[in-house]
Amino acid sequence: MKSLASIFNRGILKENPVFILMLGLCPVLAVSVSVVNAIGMTFAFAFVLTCSELTISSCRKWIPKSIRVPIFILTIASFVTILGLLMKAYFPEIDKALGIFIPLIVVNCIITGRIEAFASRRPVVESLFDALGMSAGFGLAIIAIAAVREILGSGTLLGAQLFSPGFQPALIFILPPGAFLVLGIEIAIVNAILKRNKNRGGQA
Amino acid sequence: MSELQQLGQILLQSIFAQNLVFIRFLALCSFVGLTANFNSAVGMSWAVTFITVLASAVSFLVYHYLLVPFGLEYLQTISFILTIAVFVQLVEIYLKKAIPSLHRMMGIYLPLIASNCMILAVALLNITEQYNLLEATVFSLGASIGYAIALIIMAGIRERLVYAKIPNLMKGYPLIFITSAFIAIAFMGLQGLGR
Repeated sequence: MKSLASIFNRGILKENPVFILMLGLCPVLAVSVSVVNAIGMTFAFAFVLTCSELTISSCRKWIPKSIRVPIFILTIASFVTILGLLMKAYFPEIDKALGIFIPLIVVNCIITGRIEAFASRRPVVESLFDALGMSAGFGLAIIAIAAVREILGSGTLLGAQLFSPGFQPALIFILPPGAFLVLGIEIAIVNAILKRNKNRGGQA
Repeated sequence: MSELQQLGQILLQSIFAQNLVFIRFLALCSFVGLTANFNSAVGMSWAVTFITVLASAVSFLVYHYLLVPFGLEYLQTISFILTIAVFVQLVEIYLKKAIPSLHRMMGIYLPLIASNCMILAVALLNITEQYNLLEATVFSLGASIGYAIALIIMAGIRERLVYAKIPNLMKGYPLIFITSAFIAIAFMGLQGLGR
C-alpha cells in the first residue's frame, strides 16, 4: 500500500494530468485567459472530481462491472449539475466567464480516467488524496498557463496593472494561438525538468 | 437577411471563424491522440460528423419537447450526456447489422466518441445560441467539418514532422501544440468570413 503523501504528490508532477498525461486539455486552454478564471475552474474541477471519486469509491463494492461506465457518467453529471446551479447562484460572473466549460466538465477525461483507474478499486481515504492531488496538479498547470498569458497578453496579474501605461501587451497571448503556444512551451519545460531529475539519479 | 444567407453564415462561421478545435478549444484529446496516423484521423472525422449531426438533432428535440414543457431545463447536461451515450450505442448496433461496410470503417471510433467533448458541446451550444432545428443541424454540420479539417491538416503535418530534425526537448507534444498555434493564427485570419 502506498503512503497517502505519495498518492497526493503523484498528481502534481510525475503524473500531472495536463502536462504529462495530456488529459482534460480543453478547459485548460479555453479558460486560461486570466488567472481569476483559472482559479475558478480549478475549484469547479476539484469539487466535481473529489465528490465523484468519494461517491464511486464508497459504493465500489455494489457497482456491477458491466454497467459501471454509465454509473460513472451519471454520478459525474449529477455533481456537475449541482456545481452549475451553485455557480449560477453564488458566482454568476465566473460562471459567465467559464460558460460552456462548466457543463463540459462531464466529459473531462481526467475525471472519468481517475474514477475508472483509481476510485473504483481503492478505499475512500486513498481516493480522497488522489482527487486532491490530481486537482492540485490540474490547478497548477492551468494557473501556470493563465499567469503567462495574462501577464504577456494584457499586462495584468489577477486584474492588477503590472507595467507602466506605455507597455503594449502582446494581444496574441490572450487570443487562441497564444494558448497553444504557451502550453507547448510549458510542456517542454516540464519535460526538461523531469529529464534532468532522472539523469541526476533522483526520483523523476 | 434571407433565411438561406443566414444558414450560409452559420455554416462558414462554424467551419472557420469559430473552428471548434483551433478557436473554441474543444475535442483536443482526440485531436492530439488520433492525428499520429492519417487514416485514423480520416476515420474519426467521418464517425464524428455522422454522430454529431444526428445526436445534436436528437438532443435538440429532447430539450425542446421533453425538458422545456416540464420546466426541467436544469437537467440538460445529464439528459444530453445520456442521450448521446445511448444514441452512440444504438447507431453502433444498427450499423453492425444494416451497413457492415460503414461499420468496418468507423466501428472502432464509435466507442471513443461517447467521451468526445465535441458532441456534448455542440448540443449545448445549439441551445445557448438559440438556434432552430434547421440552424442547429447546419451548425453541427459546420462544426464537424471544421473538426475534420483540423484533424486532417494536423495529421498531414505530423506525417511530415516525423522526418524533420527537431530539438529533443520539443519532440512530441510540445511541437504539436506550437504547430497548432500557427494553424490557429491562420484560422484567425479567416475571422471576417461569413460576416
